[in-house]
Amino acid sequence: MSVILNVSNIEKYYGSKGSITKAIDNISFQVESGEFVGIMGASGSGKTTLLNCISTIDRVTSGEIKVGGKDITKLRGNALNKFRREELGFVFQDFHLLDTLTVYENIALALSIRHVAPGKIEKRIRETAARLGISGILNKYPYQISGGEKQRTASARAIIGDPKLILADEPTGALDSRASRMLLKCFEEMNGKLGATILMVTHDAFTASYASRILFIKDGGIFSEIRRGNEDRKSFFGQIIDVVTLLGGDLNDAV
Amino acid sequence: MMLFKLSFRNLKKSFKDYTIYFLTLVLGVAIFYVFNALDSQGVMQSVSASTREIIQLMLAMLAGVSVFVSVILGFLIVYANNFLIRRRKKEFGVYLTLGMSRGAISRILLGETVLIGLISLGVGIVIGVFASQLMSILVARMFEADMSAYTFTFSPQAAGKTVVYFGIMYLLVILFNAAAISRYKLLDLLTAGRKNEKVRMKNPVVSGVLFVISLGVLGYCYLSVLGLLGTLNRNRTLLLIFLGSAATFLFFWSLSGILLRVVQARRGFYLKDLNLFVFRQMNSRVNTMVFSMTVICLMLFMTIGVLSCGVSVNQSMTAEFEAMTPRDVCMTKGMEEDERQSFEDAGKGIEEYLLGKGLALGEVLQEGYTEVTSYVLPGLTRESTLTLGASKEQVMEQFPMLDWSQREEFVPLSAYNRMAECFGIPTYELGEDEYLLLCTFDPMKVIRDTALRAGASLTIGGRQYVPRFEESQDGYLSMNSSRSLLGLYVLPDSAFEDGEFVPYCNYLAGDYEADSEEVREVFEARIADATKRTPIYAFSKIALRESSIGIGAIMTFIALYLGVIFLISSAAVLALKELSEASDNRDRYRILRELGADQGMVRGALFRQIGIFFLLPLLLAFVHAVFGVQFVNRMLVILNGGSQLGAILFTAGFIALIYGGYFWATYVGSRRIVEE
Repeated sequence: MSVILNVSNIEKYYGSKGSITKAIDNISFQVESGEFVGIMGASGSGKTTLLNCISTIDRVTSGEIKVGGKDITKLRGNALNKFRREELGFVFQDFHLLDTLTVYENIALALSIRHVAPGKIEKRIRETAARLGISGILNKYPYQISGGEKQRTASARAIIGDPKLILADEPTGALDSRASRMLLKCFEEMNGKLGATILMVTHDAFTASYASRILFIKDGGIFSEIRRGNEDRKSFFGQIIDVVTLLGGDLNDAV
Repeated sequence: MMLFKLSFRNLKKSFKDYTIYFLTLVLGVAIFYVFNALDSQGVMQSVSASTREIIQLMLAMLAGVSVFVSVILGFLIVYANNFLIRRRKKEFGVYLTLGMSRGAISRILLGETVLIGLISLGVGIVIGVFASQLMSILVARMFEADMSAYTFTFSPQAAGKTVVYFGIMYLLVILFNAAAISRYKLLDLLTAGRKNEKVRMKNPVVSGVLFVISLGVLGYCYLSVLGLLGTLNRNRTLLLIFLGSAATFLFFWSLSGILLRVVQARRGFYLKDLNLFVFRQMNSRVNTMVFSMTVICLMLFMTIGVLSCGVSVNQSMTAEFEAMTPRDVCMTKGMEEDERQSFEDAGKGIEEYLLGKGLALGEVLQEGYTEVTSYVLPGLTRESTLTLGASKEQVMEQFPMLDWSQREEFVPLSAYNRMAECFGIPTYELGEDEYLLLCTFDPMKVIRDTALRAGASLTIGGRQYVPRFEESQDGYLSMNSSRSLLGLYVLPDSAFEDGEFVPYCNYLAGDYEADSEEVREVFEARIADATKRTPIYAFSKIALRESSIGIGAIMTFIALYLGVIFLISSAAVLALKELSEASDNRDRYRILRELGADQGMVRGALFRQIGIFFLLPLLLAFVHAVFGVQFVNRMLVILNGGSQLGAILFTAGFIALIYGGYFWATYVGSRRIVEE
């Protein structure tokens, strides 16, 4: 297995002289190709900052982030945009779908931004939509479909460009439990059958239990790390709860 | 004081939203001042008395137009203000929840309006004062005034008028604001930011059919305007204006319904770059933009029409002038008894008559002045000659107001040639049984020529005369500032021997016996004095020129004034709509960037989107104008527009400058909002 994401010694400071807040305090970890990694932590622990730094929406103060061997902290301007559209896929808590476009067009946009030939777009969308169970709603507008369907549309948009890494920020945050479960099944499918590497930030233990490895973040640093190995999801969920308890109940809202 | 501070901060904060509004106000104030300050220009004082009269007329007309302009600007300001207020609903909601009274909010808005009003008036008048100095160069050129009389001027009257008119408009704004604030409900204010965008798709079949219909109606209007579908009377013209406006609306409405479908059908194009985003974006708005696009298109149409006609009128009037006025002065006098003269006076020629009034023409005119007499034949009226070639109905269509009982005018060949020599225009020769016809007014020439080509003969005193030429010729007995001779027959001298003809009118032309401008003016005044309240009409070259220049100048100034106001009004409305759209779309553009779209791509999408909204009404307005201007030219055919290229270039440049400026400002502003 090759290393897709290599985060080494990154730090992120906010504020200026006199009052400095360390949002990320020397974090290092690696993600291998085909992994499904969850990042858990309480609000304010720095997990969203970490994700933003990896997704190049935010910049680190020091340290390196390598994606596929390329140091992305050195990228600027359009090279950054190119990296973002070619190597990354995004799933956001509030979907970030364009309300003026149909589901089909929302997915197509991700490809046309990548300058994919229009002739190839149609086939790829049909395939991906079938895998994620949204074939029936391709001609609907976002306001006509449910939250779960919106999130699956967003997932389809994230994966269709064959990115090295899919970044998901609280993907189930705006969904009810049934829609959450369906979405996570989709993620499992994307991870298992399509071989996508997923990095998912969440504070929900149930959501996290779908991942194969979980990093716990506390006060800007990695607190601990657990792997699912060959356990089933239920006992992995128990393990997660144990760590959350150990964290001092900071994640009270986790269950 | 606290509230005033808040107003001031608000303005600074929403400066981006207000920039275009503010610039439009400043521009409006400046233009208003410039056109109302025309009279105070130093160069205006240096012109002759009759030019000054024309300038007075122009000022009176401009004052009238100013009222109309202030109504348009009033609508624009109230509209723009309402628009900006609506965008700030949420802010007002926060004030209300913090316990501020509606009265206090109204006072904040009052403070803002007063602030904007004072600054825009101040800046606008300062700009106007400088712009009116530039204007004086234009004025001097048009009225051929002496530029050395130029001094830097400021017109307190115009400034006062500007302050009063705009003060009233701002007062209206204040009232509207107060009314708006008292009407809003708190809940609506707080949730104003959130709205469920529903994309309505129009039925493509209905849209397609309506699109074809709108094109058909427009085509019908264009052809009618060209006069290919019968003549235009007042009612028909009004109907065409109504049909044209309705078709314009229908055009935009149906276009919004089919444009997306058409583009979508071309997958290769639609799925390329951000095209699908751009067209979806347009589609989501064109529904709400249809009405304003229609209004803007019609305003632009008026701008183009008014500007190009106004400018070309001035050009054609000055171009023709020299050829039409070869001598200093020209007089005409009726030779028949009427309410203006007794039988005895009617028999006298011009020279003889003026001598009786104590003016010897030899004293004021150079040797070589010429007097000739024209005749009429009782019973030979236009009714009998015009119908030689065309039917009466055909002529009626062209000239509904024609006086059919008017007798045709005849002049002996030798008399005409003497006059032509005096004017320095071509003389003619005729056989004993030939006649020729002079006509310089083109539409009438067309009718006259059909008869000539058919060889229509005239029978006078038992003898037949046939036309010497197949076309009516150029020539005149009296100077005029334009080509407007409706018809004059020239016959061999022998035709006048048998006494059937009766004297109709005497013509006299010559140059002043003067070698300086001053003497010329003195003689001019003497002749004017002597011919006052007499049957004699005197036209001097100077007076003809001044009135000709004057009419051209008046047209041009009014055209400029209205054109600028229409243009900035429509551009400002579009700009405001686009800017607010940009801030509504901020999230969408953020998503594009998150997906990894390059800055160039995003900017390109924004540029195309705004560009299409600016270009679409302009294009249709341009097509309208191509046909509309031809119609106006036909209406004003007496002015005989020569080359219109200059006018068209001027108009195009003018529109490109102002409209293009607004477009660019909107694009840059939107870019800033989107990239925040």
